[in-house]
Amino acid sequence: MSRSALLFFRGLRDGLPIGAGYFAVSFAFGIQAVAVGLDAFQTFALSGSNLTSAGQFAGLGVIKVGGALAAMALTQLVINLRYCLMSCAISQKLAPGVPFWHRWFIAFGVTDEIFAVSVAAPGRLRPAYSYGLIAAAWPGWAGGSLLGAIAGDVLPDSVSNALSMALFAMFIAIVVPAARDDRRVLVVSLAAAALSAALAFAPWTAALSEGMRVVIVTLLIAGAAAWLFPLKDKEARHD
Amino acid sequence: MTDRIWLYIAVMAGVTYAIRLLPLVLLRHEIRNLRFRSFLYYVPYATLAAMTIPAALTATPHLLSGIVGFLIAAVTAALGRGLLLAAALASLAVWLTESLF
Repeated sequence: MSRSALLFFRGLRDGLPIGAGYFAVSFAFGIQAVAVGLDAFQTFALSGSNLTSAGQFAGLGVIKVGGALAAMALTQLVINLRYCLMSCAISQKLAPGVPFWHRWFIAFGVTDEIFAVSVAAPGRLRPAYSYGLIAAAWPGWAGGSLLGAIAGDVLPDSVSNALSMALFAMFIAIVVPAARDDRRVLVVSLAAAALSAALAFAPWTAALSEGMRVVIVTLLIAGAAAWLFPLKDKEARHD
Repeated sequence: MTDRIWLYIAVMAGVTYAIRLLPLVLLRHEIRNLRFRSFLYYVPYATLAAMTIPAALTATPHLLSGIVGFLIAAVTAALGRGLLLAAALASLAVWLTESLF
């Protein structure tokens, strides 16, 4: 098997929990989309073209009240701004010499979970690996929404609840080993978790969307860490 | 109404894709600035921690199952097991906790 094919299959394997988790949580979106007036095909097209959770739910809210298209654009910008930071990080992890056009396709798949697995992959990021992740995750998200739109929630609540933890477990499984091996990462992770919890529950910031909260926490904590614990020149290299 | 819905979908997809695409096409080259490189080095951990806390603890019907799922994932990961096992065990732990209590 060629190297690209191997990487693609590795991506498929690592993307498996993403696809399963997406599948379990996207029924809810399909059900809500139909309730707002979308048909099943529109629901499928929306999930398949957006591939994001919070932004899509917020979008349904705008559709429901017949909001302006500019309001829709602004809503998406605010909620999905975190992807901008993620794409910055991914741009620096891509292997040098990867043909430029791959970036147009890799960009489509920058979700919280695909980003998490991509940055955790050892060494440089290769497009074939990204495509494997997307190929595992996309059917789960788009398919789950479609099924939710057609058939309602086909999984019992207990199973959806359990599978929704799979997505968080992936985040945890990426941060914990890195924090164990690098004290600076430990400090950054604990500080970010503490600030995020504080912002989520403090009365005057609780109204922030989760996406915006993630952006604020990341800018403040990663920014502070860059000043307090800058990388040494040698570490700043990727491989 | 249907045409309008397609317009909404197009705007959503366009804005979301642009946010993801712009950094990837603008940052074509390796950034040499050490502060910015350091910032990007910490970005994933800050982002993932902020997305996990408090959301993971409140994702399940009961706080207890959220905490159990979180701890199982953390221990599995600390022992150096892979993503897939951590995800499977955490899900199982949530399911068991919710069934028992």
